[in-house]
Amino acid sequence: MAAPTGILRATLRKDLRLEWRSKDAINSMLFFSLLVVVVFSFSFDPNAEESRSIAGGLIWVAFLFAAVVALNQTWARELRNQVLDAYRVSPAPANSLFLAKAIGNFIFVSVLEGLMTPLFVIFYQLRALGPAWQLLVVAALGTWALVVNGTFFAAMSIRTRSREIMLPLLLFPISIPALLAMVQATAAILTGEGARFWIVLLVTYDLVFTTVCLLLFETVLNAE
Amino acid sequence: MPETAPVITVTNLIKQFGRFAALRGVTAEFSAGKFYAILGDNGAGKTTLLRTLAGLNHPTRGEVSIIGSKNFREICTEVGYMAHPSLLYDEMSGMENLSYFAQLYGIRDAARCGTVIRSVGLDPDLSRPVGQYSQGMRQRMSLARALLNNPKILLLDEPFSNVDIHSAVEMVRLLAHVRDEGKTIFVVTHQATLLEHAADEFVWMDAGKIVARTREFKLAEGAR
Repeated sequence: MAAPTGILRATLRKDLRLEWRSKDAINSMLFFSLLVVVVFSFSFDPNAEESRSIAGGLIWVAFLFAAVVALNQTWARELRNQVLDAYRVSPAPANSLFLAKAIGNFIFVSVLEGLMTPLFVIFYQLRALGPAWQLLVVAALGTWALVVNGTFFAAMSIRTRSREIMLPLLLFPISIPALLAMVQATAAILTGEGARFWIVLLVTYDLVFTTVCLLLFETVLNAE
Repeated sequence: MPETAPVITVTNLIKQFGRFAALRGVTAEFSAGKFYAILGDNGAGKTTLLRTLAGLNHPTRGEVSIIGSKNFREICTEVGYMAHPSLLYDEMSGMENLSYFAQLYGIRDAARCGTVIRSVGLDPDLSRPVGQYSQGMRQRMSLARALLNNPKILLLDEPFSNVDIHSAVEMVRLLAHVRDEGKTIFVVTHQATLLEHAADEFVWMDAGKIVARTREFKLAEGAR
């Protein structure tokens, strides 16, 4: 039997290849986020000082909604032609599939963030007064918080009839502590205040929910 | 009753979906190295029986023992499963699909994928994505995926549907050859005449039960 890390790499490579060919998730996320940036910039006309306070909320809410689009695509691919059954009858461990999917989604959402952040900076005239490198830490921890739970709940909702509705209903309430930490940490860094508490909260959240998802995923995968 | 030691033993198997009982107390033994055709009308429980043998459905009651094990995970490398849908990624070529599944089974022989693709009469160098294959080609590639791990037991659900008669006859010839190598084959089909001279036993199901097991197709037909 192949090593779990080998299966993880093979599944991740396969998902990246499928996304590269179809561009389903990236295109949907990009257009959605672009619309949010433009609509918000017309709706609000903040000065530089106000922007620093509200930008954290705007950015993360935009990325959260966009991430849901990618998360729904993740398992939709496995349902077409019931390919997931081929994985279930194989000796491959469930957690290799879960981690590959979560890492794949992390890459997709990170690419989106990399492309959209400059637009946010331009539209909202953002300049960090605190240490800007900490924004990268918050982005990485926050994105992982969204995708690890999102991948798990998307897997839970694939067999439900209204899975596009079910995913946000399950994901958003449980993401509130992470979202709060991401928004507060971003605002604190932009306004020059300390973000240490919020970063520690994000690390704790990520550790707890990654562990819980890994413990429960096999049950979710093999549920009828 | 089997002439050799049973490779699969099913004891009082009941499978319910809500209030609907798809299998109503199936008890049977199946010998190693035999070719079984599972026949019956729509809703007779053929696919449910096959999915339960493949570990995809969990029995509501009763037991399934495969190669002496009641835990499917222990023997999953010995089972090949082909479903009605292709269990293949439409965006990838046949070779890319099989290379991915080979990694799930820890198959290190790089030539194995090409060998099984050729064995079902397809060209391993075909670079077209599976989504652009004809239905018959897709079925044959799906059979190649089921044969990939060189399983002792092959579970095939409607392998000949939408396959032209010439290709179907070729597939039956291949399956008979696989049986002659000592493997046990289960084929759920509505095209039983194709198996008239290839199958060793015809297993008739009706209303979630096995109602007849005969060596000759005509007798089995009479048993309905």
